[in-house]
Amino acid sequence: MPEITFREAINQALAEEMERDDSIFIVGEEVAKYQGAYKVTQGLLQRFGEDRVIDAPISESGFTGVGVGAAMVGLRPIVEVMTFNFSLVAIDQIINNAAKMRHMSGGQLKVPMVIRGPNGPAHQLAATHSQALESIFAHIPGLKVVVPGTPKDAKGLLKSAIRDDNPVIFMESEVMYGLKGEVPEGEYTIPLGKTDVKRKGKDITIVAYGKMVSLVLQAAGTLASEGIEAEVVDPMTLRPLDDGPIVESVKKTNRCVVVSEAWPFASVASEIGYRVSSKAFDYLDAPVELVTAEDVPMPYNKTLEHNALPTLEKVLNAAHSVLYKK
Amino acid sequence: MSDYAIETNKSDGFLKEEYLSLGRARLVEMYRTMVLIRRFEEAAAKAYSMQKIGGFLHLYIGQEAVAVGAVAALRDDDYLITAYRDHGHAIARGTDPKKLMAELFGKYTGSSKGKGGSMHFFDAQRNMLGGHAIVGAQVPLGTGIAFKAKYRKEDRVCLTFLGDAAMNQGAFHEALNLAALWKLPVVYIVENNMYGMGTAVDRASAVTELHKRGCAYGIEGMVADGMNVFAVYDAVKEAARKARELSLPTLLEVRTYRYRGHSMSDPDSIYRTKQEVEEEKQRDPIEQMKKFLLGGKIATQKEIDTVEEDVKKIVAECVEFAEKSPEPPLESMYDDIYV
Ligand SMILES: Cc1ncc(C[n+]2csc(CCOP(=O)(O)OP(=O)(O)O)c2C)c(N)n1
Ligand SMILES: [Mg+2]
Repeated sequence: MPEITFREAINQALAEEMERDDSIFIVGEEVAKYQGAYKVTQGLLQRFGEDRVIDAPISESGFTGVGVGAAMVGLRPIVEVMTFNFSLVAIDQIINNAAKMRHMSGGQLKVPMVIRGPNGPAHQLAATHSQALESIFAHIPGLKVVVPGTPKDAKGLLKSAIRDDNPVIFMESEVMYGLKGEVPEGEYTIPLGKTDVKRKGKDITIVAYGKMVSLVLQAAGTLASEGIEAEVVDPMTLRPLDDGPIVESVKKTNRCVVVSEAWPFASVASEIGYRVSSKAFDYLDAPVELVTAEDVPMPYNKTLEHNALPTLEKVLNAAHSVLYKK
Repeated sequence: MSDYAIETNKSDGFLKEEYLSLGRARLVEMYRTMVLIRRFEEAAAKAYSMQKIGGFLHLYIGQEAVAVGAVAALRDDDYLITAYRDHGHAIARGTDPKKLMAELFGKYTGSSKGKGGSMHFFDAQRNMLGGHAIVGAQVPLGTGIAFKAKYRKEDRVCLTFLGDAAMNQGAFHEALNLAALWKLPVVYIVENNMYGMGTAVDRASAVTELHKRGCAYGIEGMVADGMNVFAVYDAVKEAARKARELSLPTLLEVRTYRYRGHSMSDPDSIYRTKQEVEEEKQRDPIEQMKKFLLGGKIATQKEIDTVEEDVKKIVAECVEFAEKSPEPPLESMYDDIYV
């Protein structure tokens, strides 16, 4: 299998799907002439032309709403937000319109669109530009939320997201775009709403998604050197959440840590923790531990930023804690 | 090249008697502030390349006349608020540049104790209510600040800076309507540097005469040369007067240019030519001001040189202060979340 970057994987998914279906168009800031603020849409303008790869002014509420409207009548928009922090400007269109249309119309309408872009902190971008916002979207019935952690997953999941007839929030990361990984050569898709086991293990279950998958796999390596075999479980789609494999894993390992770079309060991590606690209650040998962002707006300072996020050390500590090891 | 770039200013346009009435000292001070902003930012760019500064660093180089001319036209008790390209505004307002450099370095002695960085310079004491990083977000805030001035029957105004591209946000339009509807003492000053990131104004705005975009709300538009500190000064003075005396908002477009990329990581060659940048530099605001000072015999070459030396020293002190300042303690991440 060829190794490509996360960025290229997404770019391939976009190009392949646009090739397949002319109802798909991309709109967003700097997606066309500039080739993408993070170069994810590189070459698409040249390939598909300016009718389908469209530079928008800084009008997130406007162009996201345009996407919803176009989707209601049969197009399949892909709205790129420069980062998900800016999707907050469009949150009304996403939550009140995209997520509700199917239900409110009693099934008459559908909104087949993807809203995608980087989510979560990058490097020292401070409070408004460093937010992992998946829990907010995952809170909303009517939305699907996908957060891939590898190039292969990104490509396969994005293709499914584009083909899905529901509004899908697809969250990437600035700091993952350069991440390399093996990606199958031919056409493939990965279904939404299916949890994946990224590493087999018998001693502890560590649940992670998105950027945290790499960190947790690294932690699993360290734990292995201590004789602890961690099972790393990646839900990939946060809503709908396929909790079956997570619960199955915990039934085997009896211990669970959930790692997420979002805030802890009312979060995806706390939801997973709750489901494990209730569905595998009799199997747990220790309370589920969460490793999340600190409950603070992101400080600019580099050291503070690092310490406000899950770190290798924090993951190891949590693992040791549920294993009652020091 | 954007199709509505304005004519290069002839330096004789500067020589108006009325500017002389500002007084020699004040005029040299305005020049000094522009030079300070530029050298401060050059030092910041250098520190950024040495990774002493992180995150996004948006340089104001080329636009100095806007902040300096506009702030000079305000009273100390007037308010101002701006976007993330905020170094010039804070320096023009008189914030200690040491604190600002320390903030860029993420230090505890910084204006936001290392929590804000480049995009979030605040100096509440000087009524500088921040740099704001969500495009357009500060426009309703500036409007609300003006609301307070009116509510309290103070004759203060709020100068609300924004970029050309920020005019395309809904927040801008909602705020302008409110300001007109409620007759608020606010001056919206659009720093039209011809681009929002890589997108030229005519690719983002259906109407490229940006000052005309207030007409939908019955807000008077003005336009001024943003490379000429006095043109900015005059325009803001007049707009602030209308705000203060008549409680009327104004939409002032100043035409300027940013010499550097959008931020330190922006390859601007994708969307503009070197030639365009070089052409724009011909109307450099600092050079024009210098010509005015020398030509009008307001300052001697020696005084100009002294400004340069003084500023160099100040900037070196800023960097040293920032380097030597302590890191914020880890626990401080929990400070200042609630009052
Ligand atoms: C809501 C929102 N969308 C996108 C961005 C990313 N972004 C930051 S600055 C910028 C361009 C703004 O241009 P302009 O308003 O003209 O100001 P300038 O940078 O030229 O000073 C963009 C797209 C953002 N910070 N906030
Ligand atoms: Mg601009």
